[in-house]
Amino acid sequence: MFNKFDVLETIDMIEKEHLDIRTVTMGISLLPCIRQNGEETASAVYDTVMKKAENLVKTAEDLSAEYGIPIVNKRVSVTPVSLITAAFPEKSVLVGRALDRAAKELGIDFLGGYSALVHKGTADYEETFIRTIPEVLASTSRLCSSVNVGSSKSGINMDAVRQMGETIVQTANLTKDEDGKGCAKLVVFCNAVEDNPFMAGAFHGVGEADTVINVGVSGPGVVQHALKFIPDADLTTAAETIKRTAFKITRAGQLIATQAAQRLNARFGIVDLSLAPTPARGDSVAHILEELGLEVVGGHGTTACLAMLNDAVKKGGVMASSRVGGLSGAFIPVSEDIGMIESAEAGKITLDKLEAMTCVCSVGLDMIAIPGDTPATTISAIIADEAAIGMVNNKTTAVRVIPAVGKGVGDQVNFGGLLGRAPVMPVHTGDAGKFIRRGGLIPAPIHSFKN
Amino acid sequence: MRAVVTVTGTDRRGIIAKVSCFLAERNVNIEDISQTILGDKFAMIMMVDTSESKMDIAQLSKDCEEMGRSIGMSVRIQHEDIFNVMHNV
Repeated sequence: MFNKFDVLETIDMIEKEHLDIRTVTMGISLLPCIRQNGEETASAVYDTVMKKAENLVKTAEDLSAEYGIPIVNKRVSVTPVSLITAAFPEKSVLVGRALDRAAKELGIDFLGGYSALVHKGTADYEETFIRTIPEVLASTSRLCSSVNVGSSKSGINMDAVRQMGETIVQTANLTKDEDGKGCAKLVVFCNAVEDNPFMAGAFHGVGEADTVINVGVSGPGVVQHALKFIPDADLTTAAETIKRTAFKITRAGQLIATQAAQRLNARFGIVDLSLAPTPARGDSVAHILEELGLEVVGGHGTTACLAMLNDAVKKGGVMASSRVGGLSGAFIPVSEDIGMIESAEAGKITLDKLEAMTCVCSVGLDMIAIPGDTPATTISAIIADEAAIGMVNNKTTAVRVIPAVGKGVGDQVNFGGLLGRAPVMPVHTGDAGKFIRRGGLIPAPIHSFKN
Repeated sequence: MRAVVTVTGTDRRGIIAKVSCFLAERNVNIEDISQTILGDKFAMIMMVDTSESKMDIAQLSKDCEEMGRSIGMSVRIQHEDIFNVMHNV
């Protein structure tokens, strides 16, 4: 049973500390939609998504009203489209546009899965598929794309790494009128997970059931607020406080996930135990780190602080949910976190520090604006570095950088809404072209051979 | 179904009367009630049973919000399970 203080604590979390369910994401298998040609497949894909997710938004709104907790985003993830269009990869664009149309009509903000998994090698159909990504992202608004270029088990596909550097540059150029927004919907992964509910990297893995509900929780503001009460406590106590708070947040996520799955006639997949920031003040992961004692995020000590936060979130969350998955940990997107934005604008956080931080938290170099004249090979090298961190450390890493066409260091890009704004950050100018053009596969590390 | 009604805001006369009347009109039965005053902040918590009400909780929730606005308070009704799961292991 709960007491009146518990009730008031929950109300304060919701009203003052931005506690919310960040996303209810329905994963839908598109494998039954494969037809003889691109046109028929696109039509079947559209029909399937419209039918399976027709009640997604309404159900989420009902649950939100019933339990009194905001559900910010309603989303869909689908089977990697490259698998659906393998027989006619040049027609993938049709499927991409059909998915975007379905997303608009369903009233969901993003749909993920315009994806390819090429971590051990790129098939011809996948190379063709990847070439369609810039055009598709430029001609759609809600579709998200991701490509997995490496894994701890298989190594890093450097041919795909090279192609993705070029793909990011092309996408930035085709969407330059919107500050390269297409690149905000494109993620390059190492060790991508099949049940991630968060965008832009969500897709529905082929090992998943037909229709699944995955839920992503949030609540950086709640964690920061809890830490405010113990300003002088040691870090063991701080970690315990974060664990307790993560437990409460995740329990809310678990409740919504099981209820949503039941009402939508889908399986409950996982709860993703992530602290996902937004550009709103009071909803920042960077500010949690500053609450723990850093003057500003990006200084020395940031990596250790983030490691502790990430671990405590997982420990609290695992206890609270019957099935956890996705990315689970603290997100550090630059443009989507007011503390990160302010630190980057003041020149207090660098790409190198962000890279170090990705060794200990849940994703990678995320929502970072880089100079528009950055060579494709340099972007590939950034991807290779991140993929290497993920591969060696058995964790997911990702790169979502936005080349700001026509802009340089000191300028700003602004996407609006949840995607936020970011100053253009400098990248190293040493040329990695020869390394990237070598191609081939970086072999998997020795500790991956566990069979 | 059991739900929790919370009323928070600046203390003033007639809040309990207004909220009780509102719930009675909708056939929602009050099972328990407690209130706290912290400084000038008023917080009332009611355990209620909505099973006799013809309205679903989503509709009750919207009505509560509107009624709260009309008296300058924040009024919520929530399924009790959100508190059960968050505050019990």
